[in-house]
Amino acid sequence: MNLDAVTTAIGQVGLTLIVIAALVVALEGLLYVLLIRVIKTRYAVPIMLVAPAALGLLILIGYPLLWELNVSFTKMSLRNFRDPGFLGLANDMFLGLDNYVEVFTKPVLKLTGFWQLFAQTVIWTSINIFFHVSLGMGLALLLHRKMRGKGIYRALIILPWAVPQVIALLIWRTEYNFEFGAVNQLLGLIGLGPYPWLSDPFWNFTAMVITNVWLGVPFMMVIILGGLQSIPYDYYEAAEIDGASSRQAFRRITLPLLRPVLTPAIILGTVWTFNNINVPYFINQNELETSDILVTALFRQAFQYNRYGDAAAFAFVVFAILLVFTVFYIRRTGSLKGAYE
Amino acid sequence: MSGSTVVPAPIPAAARTGKAASAGGREDKPLKRLAIHLILIVTAIIAAFPILRVFSVALRPGNRLLDSTFTLIPEGATLESFQHVIGDTELPRWLFNSMVVTTGTSTIGVIIAATSAYAFSRYKFPGRGVGLTTLLATQLIPAAMLLVPIYILAVQLKLANTYIGLVIALSVTSVPFSIWILKGYYDTVPIELEEAARIDGCSQLEAFYRILLPLSTPALAIVFLFNFLAAWNDFFLARILISKEELLTWPLGLQRFQQQFQTQWNDLAASSILISIPVVLLFLYSSKWLVSGVTAGGVKG
Repeated sequence: MNLDAVTTAIGQVGLTLIVIAALVVALEGLLYVLLIRVIKTRYAVPIMLVAPAALGLLILIGYPLLWELNVSFTKMSLRNFRDPGFLGLANDMFLGLDNYVEVFTKPVLKLTGFWQLFAQTVIWTSINIFFHVSLGMGLALLLHRKMRGKGIYRALIILPWAVPQVIALLIWRTEYNFEFGAVNQLLGLIGLGPYPWLSDPFWNFTAMVITNVWLGVPFMMVIILGGLQSIPYDYYEAAEIDGASSRQAFRRITLPLLRPVLTPAIILGTVWTFNNINVPYFINQNELETSDILVTALFRQAFQYNRYGDAAAFAFVVFAILLVFTVFYIRRTGSLKGAYE
Repeated sequence: MSGSTVVPAPIPAAARTGKAASAGGREDKPLKRLAIHLILIVTAIIAAFPILRVFSVALRPGNRLLDSTFTLIPEGATLESFQHVIGDTELPRWLFNSMVVTTGTSTIGVIIAATSAYAFSRYKFPGRGVGLTTLLATQLIPAAMLLVPIYILAVQLKLANTYIGLVIALSVTSVPFSIWILKGYYDTVPIELEEAARIDGCSQLEAFYRILLPLSTPALAIVFLFNFLAAWNDFFLARILISKEELLTWPLGLQRFQQQFQTQWNDLAASSILISIPVVLLFLYSSKWLVSGVTAGGVKG
């Protein structure tokens, strides 16, 4: 690495920063004048403030979504790699809803079909969330007391969350190595294994789950610990005077008062786990199709098999599943109500 | 948020609200205390084990890479691997690239989010509810869904294989989350402060820049950190947008070490440590604030 490269890089990014800042200011100024002078709306200020973000999201999320929607009706793939134009009507690439029907009727990947992937994703998500919440809750309850070494325990247990995820995953992947990995060597010490963590479908899926539980517990623990700390101790004293057992206190005081923290954390955790592409991608390294969940199958379909039309339709199906779940859950739990006031 | 018990006003304070409660009252019986310590020690070992092992592997001399012992300081411990990855590999270059991209990304992300969040927090305007919902919905989009069109867009705009393309793509992806967090924070700052400033002759925007922004420094710092960590750890956007050797970010580079287990296990370990130490320290230092940021953004309106 030489000095030239460094200055070029800093120059490029610095220039981008300045250009973007200038564009933002210009856009806001232009909008302001336009809205105040010409259209005379009283919403001039908020519209102008939202405009840069809206524009950015439109270009980088809105446009790609429309592109995907368009492509999902065509037979675009590596063999048919042309600009499809509007729905591929002009150049004989139009398929109508065929891609959407095929998501459910034909194998999404080489062997694996939609329903198997869906089932695996549900299993993956529920096992992970179950362990994240239960272990996180258990550890939070243990740490929520006067004790020696509390800070040290907390710092150590939080480590899996703190280490950059790609690094943690590359390390785990290496440790799952059949001969040289620590997992089999440790299991060997207590007379178990060795297990084919990377080559057998069942063990590979288990390896993914173990890794993701290890990664996800600290987040839940810290969130729940924060929630516990906001519950006034007087409540427990009052309960004790009234003769409540500690189990009753947990069910009647702790759980209900934790709900405002727990519900959004669970929604967020579910969405993250469902959409988690890092863990399956790095632990499996795109080798076993059987270990795929919906989002990794999507990645494989688009980037390994290059079936862009199929992948686009599949992506909308996956997105729809998550959307339905989230809307349903948010409605039922009534969280986020305050956000719109 | 239903019931304001959880995330009270300013975020740093939220982390310390447990004055009365955090200690949890009376002492436990000795036997119970012992059991609790035992469980926590075992958990801490499980949590830290892979990381401690990386330290030990990084210290191994070249001829003992596949040693199957579990001592923390291996026989013949040496810092060769560290010297090797700093001196002979492209690691410094990858770290530099990541640093440039990440700093640019977080700066743009914070600027864009800070102003929009103000509009969402202080104004009622047509499309506000829809806008907030859309921001949430973007969080549900599977990452792989947008990669193909973003790549094609980048190629068309001649931004593939440039720092600029990666910076723009990354900064926009964190914007929705940042807006929610900042809006949640602004909502907790009494509007009376800005009203008072306006009576004294400030314009609406001056009130924002002079009153609200300085008061929101902790939240802005959190959002910056969020953007920073997200960009620092990004793998997939970089993978599709960057293929030139001299532009690789560290996750792309590191994957190359990992693909050759036998020869480079200690290189992987040593680089992992060098990459992680600053981030882990930053993270441990700020984790309290990070978390109240998550709940403030997700729970609080």
